[in-house]
Amino acid sequence: MFRNRADFIFWGALAAVLLAGLAFTRIITNEYYYTAAYAILQATVMALAWNILGGFTGYVNFGSAGFFGIGAYTSIALGKAFGQTLGLPVMIAAAALICGLIGLSLGYLTLRLKGVYFSIATLAMAIVFETLMNNWSYAGGARGAYILTPDSHLWFNSYIQMLFMLMLLLTLGSITVSRALNASRLGRGLAAIRDDEVAAECAGVPTLKLKLISATLMGAMMGVAGAPYPYFVTFVDPASAFSLFVAVNAIAMPMIGGTAHWIGPVIGALLVGTVQQVITVTVSSELNVLFVGIMLVVFISLAPQGIVGLVQKVRARRAR
Amino acid sequence: MSGPVLTVSGVSKRFGGFVALQNVDVHVNAGERLGLIGPNGSGKTTLINCISGALFNDGGSIVFEGRDITRMPPHQRTRLGVARSFQIPKPFRSMSVLENLRVPLEYAAWSRSEHRHITDEAMAVLEQIGLKGRAHENSAGLTQVDMRKLELARALAAKPRLLVSDEAMAGLSSAEVDEILEILLALNRRGVAVIMIEHIMRAVMRFSERVVVLDAGQKIAEGTPAEIVRNPQVERAYLGE
Amino acid sequence: MLSVDLLSNALVAGVLIGGFYAAVSIGLAITFGQLDIVNIAHPAFVVVGSYIAWILNSRLGWDPVLVGILAAPVFYFVGVLIYRVYYLAFERTGQESLSGLAFFFGVMFIVEVSLVLVYGVDYRLVSAAYLEKNFNLGFVGLPLRLVVPFLVASVMTAAVWLYLSRTFTGRAILAVAQDRLALQLMGADPVRVKQFAFGLAIATTSVAGSLLIMIGPVEPSLGRAYIGRAFAIVVLGGMGSIPGMVIAALLIGVVESFVSTFAGPSWAPAVSFGVLLLTLAVRPSGLFGRS
Repeated sequence: MFRNRADFIFWGALAAVLLAGLAFTRIITNEYYYTAAYAILQATVMALAWNILGGFTGYVNFGSAGFFGIGAYTSIALGKAFGQTLGLPVMIAAAALICGLIGLSLGYLTLRLKGVYFSIATLAMAIVFETLMNNWSYAGGARGAYILTPDSHLWFNSYIQMLFMLMLLLTLGSITVSRALNASRLGRGLAAIRDDEVAAECAGVPTLKLKLISATLMGAMMGVAGAPYPYFVTFVDPASAFSLFVAVNAIAMPMIGGTAHWIGPVIGALLVGTVQQVITVTVSSELNVLFVGIMLVVFISLAPQGIVGLVQKVRARRAR
Repeated sequence: MSGPVLTVSGVSKRFGGFVALQNVDVHVNAGERLGLIGPNGSGKTTLINCISGALFNDGGSIVFEGRDITRMPPHQRTRLGVARSFQIPKPFRSMSVLENLRVPLEYAAWSRSEHRHITDEAMAVLEQIGLKGRAHENSAGLTQVDMRKLELARALAAKPRLLVSDEAMAGLSSAEVDEILEILLALNRRGVAVIMIEHIMRAVMRFSERVVVLDAGQKIAEGTPAEIVRNPQVERAYLGE
Repeated sequence: MLSVDLLSNALVAGVLIGGFYAAVSIGLAITFGQLDIVNIAHPAFVVVGSYIAWILNSRLGWDPVLVGILAAPVFYFVGVLIYRVYYLAFERTGQESLSGLAFFFGVMFIVEVSLVLVYGVDYRLVSAAYLEKNFNLGFVGLPLRLVVPFLVASVMTAAVWLYLSRTFTGRAILAVAQDRLALQLMGADPVRVKQFAFGLAIATTSVAGSLLIMIGPVEPSLGRAYIGRAFAIVVLGGMGSIPGMVIAALLIGVVESFVSTFAGPSWAPAVSFGVLLLTLAVRPSGLFGRS
């Protein structure tokens, strides 16, 4: 864990962020900031998750909303079945399990084919799940479900503050997992698959097994991001939970930030997420989607390695 | 030399209506240098794809060191000790030369490697191949001949007992051909059996102890280089009637 | 409640709409089936076609089919332009897979949201005298708002298929995916051929869009429901087979119609996507495709 100076800096930074978050909750009272921060952090977890299969392994998932939505509906269903007794941590764990399994199954069905077919299948999966939830009246069906805010918010001043800290913890956890993956033997195997799957297979990499691990991890992390969502918005319907906006953000943020390194999605999410919050407040929320779409196309066409890639290029040029 | 390390028996492969391989029998003895030649389209690459597992043959069997590997996926075969290099180099483009070698060392040769000293082992292979100076360069920016060497280095890093070299010398200058040849000979001196597919005849003849000739999916001749050169069927296959 | 009446109406409606689906999918059959370009934004262009038909129909009273045909050349040029960008940014550098997909995903968003920003989320319709009429063949209803699109779609699909299989350029398109080199040796420039094919594919969305708005009201996000349908149809039919695509379109139209009639319309979106997943899992080369 503390192998070198980089590790020390990393853990130090993480601790600093956590403490800053806690301090934030003591100082700032305006609820809007917590709402905005939660949204940005949620997007960060989704971006990190997407990048595990997308950036690290090279398979593009268009159906991120599917995993996110099922994570949200897991919470709703458990809440309806058990009331307040379970608590969020259990719901998050359940969502991680269920969405991880979905990632595994979807991967098993489609990851043996060309990457293109996997991508289309993920889109299909998201819509199938949305349709299923639309028809599941227990969880509210197409009309949606209302979620009552629980009474307890531990030692925080308000429920949204607690949600914010929870999402901050989840984000830091996702960053840790991502970073560990990037530098591990498993991560190097994934990179080999991304660069040249056939060559990887011939170099002894068990490509199917690693791809399945990658898909499972991604699914679980996205489910985790979705689990607290019903408590954040208090009203959930399939259209909003499975919104394509979630899916495009999950792709655009890592691609803009840079997909090869774990910090890319974080940069992308913070940048794009912040701009989106500003646009929503100052102009309109529709413009957000346009903005993300344009940014995605521009970055993909001109800077496919993202911001991290651009920084690396600048550094390489200076070194010459 | 002990018994065959690889036995290909009665292997056939069709692509739709096209018969790429028909009832091919080939064997390679431990530590042997086998040349595999034949005109374009004769099935050489299909055969080694079947041996390495990139394709599954329709009929026949492939046995490596006593184990039937006919239905094994490629990564398992590489772990057992069958390595191949690709005709058109396929480097891991986002990685440096050194990082390229980590992959086979950490996967194919994992059980045969010193887990804590992977980097050292990788550098050792690079030294053998002559790429040590380029260890930290990005693999996508290498010259043709260096890319071919990297291909071989990656196959070497898998610590194979059988290496299939697929036209590693195509398009290289005479001096470069000799460099590659020397690498393969050095590898063979350490006990690794090598199947060499080449069109550069002087390389094949100098390198091989035994040569197998394919034409239109069938084995038409087998013998020492001297015998093959004098074989009228072989001449016909290359030059036509 | 399985009456012959209900069954036959469901069947006929399914066939009619399946014919329309073929018109929506033929452009994708070209770009995805022949050129291996995953144009997820294809249905979004169809919706744009619908909006153009709506604008000219409501302002000037023009017949929607006419608008679709007249606007096709403009769509062609837009298609050529988009292909140029795609080629310069991706195909030339060999980055098609990951980035190319995301590129079209972004284009899809831009198109949809632009429509929302300019025209809002209200449903739009066209009106034409014949659209209100219904024929009846015994107990089978034949609403003209389904029959006319079916007929126009059939003509367009047949025309495109004949063009692809009989003319030099058309066959060049069919060949370009399989053998670039042979094509070059034959004197055709693969890039220009692909450019033309992509433009042609987008041109078809103009007509398909005008048909779409004849069948029912249109709003900007309607395209998303067709992503699954179009891809399911192309994949099920088999990559590279236009006749296969037509059969798949009819099949999916009929299955959707039955599901809608007997299980309820809220299950319909799952049909095509379910079919897609099933096809990919069981037989990815589709019914008639090259493996």
